[in-house]
Amino acid sequence: MTFIQKVWAIVWKDIASELRTKEMLLSMCLFSFLVLIVFNFTFDTGLKNLRENISGILWVAFIFSGLMGLGRSFGVERDKGTLHGLLLCPISPWGIYLGKMIGVFIFMVVMEIFTLSVFTVLYNINIIPFLLPLGLIIFLGTLGFATIGTVFSAMSATTKARDVMLSILVFPISVPMIIALVKATYIILWGGAIQEIYPWLKILIAFDLVFLLLAYLTFGFIIEE
Amino acid sequence: MSKDNYIIEVRGLVKKFGFKTVLRKIDLSLKKGDLLVLFGPNGAGKTTLIQILSSLMLPTSGKVWIAGFDTGYDREALHKVIGVISHNTFLYNNLSAHENLKFYGRMYKVMNLRERIEEVIGLVGLRGYMNDHVQTFSRGMQQRLSVARAIIHDPLIFFLDEPFTGLDQHGVEDFKQILKKFRDQGKTIVMTSHDLDRGLELCTQAAILKSGNLVYKEDVSNISQDDFKDIYFQHTGEQKMPVYVY
Repeated sequence: MTFIQKVWAIVWKDIASELRTKEMLLSMCLFSFLVLIVFNFTFDTGLKNLRENISGILWVAFIFSGLMGLGRSFGVERDKGTLHGLLLCPISPWGIYLGKMIGVFIFMVVMEIFTLSVFTVLYNINIIPFLLPLGLIIFLGTLGFATIGTVFSAMSATTKARDVMLSILVFPISVPMIIALVKATYIILWGGAIQEIYPWLKILIAFDLVFLLLAYLTFGFIIEE
Repeated sequence: MSKDNYIIEVRGLVKKFGFKTVLRKIDLSLKKGDLLVLFGPNGAGKTTLIQILSSLMLPTSGKVWIAGFDTGYDREALHKVIGVISHNTFLYNNLSAHENLKFYGRMYKVMNLRERIEEVIGLVGLRGYMNDHVQTFSRGMQQRLSVARAIIHDPLIFFLDEPFTGLDQHGVEDFKQILKKFRDQGKTIVMTSHDLDRGLELCTQAAILKSGNLVYKEDVSNISQDDFKDIYFQHTGEQKMPVYVY
């Protein structure tokens, strides 16, 4: 119970801190909005083009905007010198990781709700009928992205070119997850049978579990010194 | 705790950054209630030693036990009994003083947190600024709040790295009173300082660190302040500041 309370204290601190400035949420939402707008003009919403590209567009908006939040997760702690304060608290590195990861996950979910709303209007797609399966895919994708991203955010926070380094580290590893997300979203958005997304769901679940396990095993070494 | 009842015990501590050796075979033992001030010129390794003692950094070789906990393995338990103050305040600028203390209090699972926050914030003289954001605080006020943060869980041992940085004269006097109170309560304190007069006024033991070597450590009751200063300048090669009379 104490462990959960401490993890929650980190999440609360990140949310309270962000709500004061809204720097991260605003920039994430604005960026995803711009991505959707740019693609909307680029692909001239002809139905054929849309069918092929729309799920990719959605995930490009989610992932690139999410990356902005990830960079700040540990970067801000390092810049402001608060990371040592966090490391001096009586909590395991895994607890710190979970707190930061849940914070990133929550910020991404807020950005995704905003992005989905804009997406439905701009691309004229009614997502209400398949909200549940789409929500599940987005949940698994966001969890996976926050899981990997938090690890690499801690790793890249010490480097000078933090944002570039984060992209270089996160994207290659996320490729299998991104493919699974885009394929599953495509099937859902264009009325495919729910059974068709099962193989992709399995990949996503496996991906999330493997990287959570890896984070559990390695995070202590990553934030040391 | 070790068989000799040392609350802090360092054996053969070496720290290297790449090819550069920052600490060389440091041996150090302190008993409960000791207040050790580490003096030394810039680059002597004082901050590195404090970071290793507080488990923020791992030694290259050697062992460190704090209150019986090995800093390499028992970090979570160790962190419950230590408080660290450095020139970095570890405070969140976007949060208020109260919110910062609430966060750290929750992390340390402090009982009766609300009362404890009021107590420590009163102790550092910031009662009227409880709900102000830290970013509106002066450097000295932030350092005072940092003291409140470090004592919120009532630790047994303090590691202080140049704690007077940024404090005005009033803040220095207040902080000295707090340190004296802790010393009288039997808390163990390790502090680094450039300021010989201020450090010697507080400490029960004084040590000199030079180029990563602990070249001197003595109980201050055995030596006068002037003698210690002579020893310090002798070891560090620094010159005494001339006193001009106008």
